[in-house]
Amino acid sequence: MELSLETEAVADRTLLRVSGEIDVYTAPKLRERLVELADSGAKDIVVDLELVEFLDSTGLGVLVGGLKRAKASSGSFVLVCDQPRLLKIFRITGLEKVFELYPTVTDALSGAR
Amino acid sequence: MPTVRLRFSPSPAHVRTARLVAVACGRRAGVAVERLEELKLAVGEACARAVARHRRSGLSDLVLLELADDAGFEVRVFDYAPAEPQGSVDPEETVAAEAGIALLAESADVLKVIPGPGGLGSQVSLWWPTRSR
Repeated sequence: MELSLETEAVADRTLLRVSGEIDVYTAPKLRERLVELADSGAKDIVVDLELVEFLDSTGLGVLVGGLKRAKASSGSFVLVCDQPRLLKIFRITGLEKVFELYPTVTDALSGAR
Repeated sequence: MPTVRLRFSPSPAHVRTARLVAVACGRRAGVAVERLEELKLAVGEACARAVARHRRSGLSDLVLLELADDAGFEVRVFDYAPAEPQGSVDPEETVAAEAGIALLAESADVLKVIPGPGGLGSQVSLWWPTRSR
């Protein structure tokens, strides 16, 4: 399934809902959107991965890039993920310690700051 | 003798195709259903690595994916790029490369990375048990 991205302003944060597959082919589209958000001044970003069907190392690299940009502008960058297969990928790569991961969007919005 | 042999141009668009073919063959070969997600992930990582190596070298040669089910299920991915300096200056690429290795190592029962003859190219070999073993 192709990557689909929907952006929504929630309170003073930006919610990016991602669905489909994040891989070596589609990850540049995600990177482009994250850079656009940063360039447009979005500082506090919540990325919802609940509808993501596949995530590879290129996608992880893009998410780390988003986190670095947010930190550079003193913003926040948190992930919503409750899928065991995705959580396993974050655990295997050690990135569960790098990202703030929340099980729901509600939790992320209340805990992002 | 591989059961299936797939050659594809070094484009990221074809990595998904390679993943799907590998999962279909692995399922048919008898890889446990609960391991197919690992197989899909590992084959994607190995093929993405090969594609990236060709692209960094400006090499348009086809990447080769071989799938063999004669003793367990073996996946072999061949690239033909010359040896390159270690490391990347792009932090996203560095994270992706390190994560890719971790995912490869964790997903298959056996992982081998074999340099090609004369330092040209490399082979990533992955193996999973099947029900028939």
